Amino acid sequence: MNDFQIKEQANVYDVVIVGSGAGGGMAAYQLSKAGAKVCLLEAGGYFDPADPKYINQLKGPWESPRRGASTLRPFGDFDAAWGGWEIEGEPYTRKKGTEFDWFRSRMLGGRTNHWGRISLRFGPKDFKRKSIDGLGDDWPISYDDLAPYYDEVDKLIGVFGTKEGLSNDPDSLFLPAPKPRLHELMLMEANKKTGVLTIPSRMSMLTKPINGRGECFYCGQCSRGCMAYADFSSSSVLVIPAMKTGNLTLINNAMAREVITDETGKATGVSYVNKYSLEESTVKGKIVILAASACESARLLLNSKSGNHPNGLANASGIVGKYLHDSTGASRSAFIPHLTNRKRYNEDGVGGMHVYSPWWLDNAKLDFPRGYHIEYGGGQRMPGYGFGFGMENVNGKYPDRNGKMKEAGGYGASLKDDYRFFYGTDIGMAGRGEAIAREDNYCEIDPNVVDKYGIPVLRFNYKWSEHEVKQAKHMQDTFEEIIHALGGIPNGTKPGADTNYGLAAPGRIIHEVGTVRMGTDPSKSALNSQCQAHDVKNLFVVDGGPFVSQADKNPTWTILALSLRASEYIMKEVKAKNL
Amino acid sequence: MKRRDILKNIGLGTAGVMVSGEAISQVKPKTAPVKEIPEAQNGKLRDEIIHDNKLKAAKFFTAAEMASITVLSDIIIPADAKSGSASQAGVPAFIEFIVKDMPQHQTPMRGGLMWLDTQSKKMFSKKFVALTPADRLKVVDLIAYPNKAKKEHSQGVSFFNLMRNLTATGFFTTEMGVKDLGYMGNTPNKWDGVPEEVLKQYNLSYSEWEKHAAK
Repeated sequence: MNDFQIKEQANVYDVVIVGSGAGGGMAAYQLSKAGAKVCLLEAGGYFDPADPKYINQLKGPWESPRRGASTLRPFGDFDAAWGGWEIEGEPYTRKKGTEFDWFRSRMLGGRTNHWGRISLRFGPKDFKRKSIDGLGDDWPISYDDLAPYYDEVDKLIGVFGTKEGLSNDPDSLFLPAPKPRLHELMLMEANKKTGVLTIPSRMSMLTKPINGRGECFYCGQCSRGCMAYADFSSSSVLVIPAMKTGNLTLINNAMAREVITDETGKATGVSYVNKYSLEESTVKGKIVILAASACESARLLLNSKSGNHPNGLANASGIVGKYLHDSTGASRSAFIPHLTNRKRYNEDGVGGMHVYSPWWLDNAKLDFPRGYHIEYGGGQRMPGYGFGFGMENVNGKYPDRNGKMKEAGGYGASLKDDYRFFYGTDIGMAGRGEAIAREDNYCEIDPNVVDKYGIPVLRFNYKWSEHEVKQAKHMQDTFEEIIHALGGIPNGTKPGADTNYGLAAPGRIIHEVGTVRMGTDPSKSALNSQCQAHDVKNLFVVDGGPFVSQADKNPTWTILALSLRASEYIMKEVKAKNL
Repeated sequence: MKRRDILKNIGLGTAGVMVSGEAISQVKPKTAPVKEIPEAQNGKLRDEIIHDNKLKAAKFFTAAEMASITVLSDIIIPADAKSGSASQAGVPAFIEFIVKDMPQHQTPMRGGLMWLDTQSKKMFSKKFVALTPADRLKVVDLIAYPNKAKKEHSQGVSFFNLMRNLTATGFFTTEMGVKDLGYMGNTPNKWDGVPEEVLKQYNLSYSEWEKHAAK
């Protein structure tokens, strides 16, 4: 790694990309492989999950003085995310009475380093929701337009699963799925009774090695980053291989401030702040691709004002920042009495669930318009901070290993044995649903606040509607049905109307999309169907920004497919001398 | 034309000569470091290492408080046939660290220990640690059972719940505690499903799953 400073760049890159997550990593990989000279700006530091100095994988809880608690990192000491919902010196604000929490990972690969690896394709209906329920808008593309790119993503990155032939949950080109764990088998049985479809999950861990990467060794710690590159993160699978082409220049700790344009309105490069020296530099490119994350790309466009682009770049429509939407989320956990005193064995498996429930109902027959899927957790997990908390709420309610009831709480040898007896008896379930993209949920530039780099920050304005609240209510009802079918006992009290049925604040699920949406009508969208700005033809956005609607699916696989498709379009247009 | 061929055939024009294929990290300002702390080490970033070093160097509990914590933690998790006690596993040091890491625990812990001493003096005219083991348990019995504790001891119950939580978490996250619990993961392996005898115990099988896998 060269430790020298880049100031004014004399040369002009073929492509400048901002952001090294799923979208930026994919574009950097495709374009540098094709021979383009690419410059990639990343706001955070360098990260390689195979470099010992970064590795937290296979550490025991005692190797963290706080036992993996989330004091410093939002998902705990061992988690791979460098960043969080709050970053010192990088504030954002909210309009009064509204909520939004904005998660940022400042590192090579961005949020793909710690993400859940749930790798779902959107289905045919997910691109045409307005035609189905009249809400939001249809995408300008269909599933068939994107399907070949999903195929390419599957082959390049790898995803396991099983062929189910479901109408709106298309199959990928799957690697073998891992067998369900004990509680997951129980869930499959229980859901025969509830009618909640439960199938092997679809996730991007390599159950068979492909493309020179390692095979999953089932430590269940994908969120810490994988030293074998056996799961997908943009750092290990896209950016690091792209660097081996010799065509990619990566500049870390470069906080993009503005997209620079010339007198014709075309993008000519990106200005960024060196996070250490606080000096500003400009990197020039013939094509600019933003992949800084849905909200960060919107911020960058809105901060790129000029005579030709008085509303900010790619924003003649005034649409940039609008239609912000995150997945809905609600959860519940339960105690499963017949799992007490379990036989011990290693069931770490892959990092996450081995089965899940895709949306199984018809919204036409329900009082809310969009669906959700259910993710499941449980098992004999590695203990960490919080293990054993609240035993006084458990050990007085159920007979111990001798079949005796005892007084709740306590101490001593009998209490010590309770922790063993109740280990691995909890299961959790979480709904992840589709929210309606609405114009009045948006981010904009705060007129009064800048970050420590002097860059105006985002102000959020986001409220859930009754659609999302009713969906959360349905989740809670479903969770209790499943728990009862399992013979379990729900933990705590059922979240009710006073808490919007446990509906998480927007931004907490970290699936925010929609702020730079695509469309055929330039007055209602910022990008065309190739992720190319209507107003600036050499400017593209390839993160979650282009999404018209979010689907009840995690967005990463679709970000990857859209970025791959945009990269191919760029190559075609360059060859045709249109770019 | 296949996408792969397009990739092969398209060059995007040439850029000027430039350092390529390398990560360019930006120069950090040269302050005069007392001790060189690397940018990242052992999975932690420099700022995190500095933060944790600061916490470790600070001291919160007094020697007397640590003595009470040690006695209490061993009452909660004593040694038995399977493993050692909380203090043998280093739980008091963990509690010292965690209250510095999570300041919200500081007053409940310090005040709770005071409450315990006050209660001990009321009953036996001595601080908690100075009591005989049997008398200590008489005090602990007032606050260890939330459902039958007297109303006037409710603050003591809250303290003991916190102490029980921190002791259990501190114990079962040590090598000794993890071994005691029987957690067998955190090691490279090949997952091939639930052991046969466990499937039998719960009357489950993979026959349903195999239908999915066979598709």
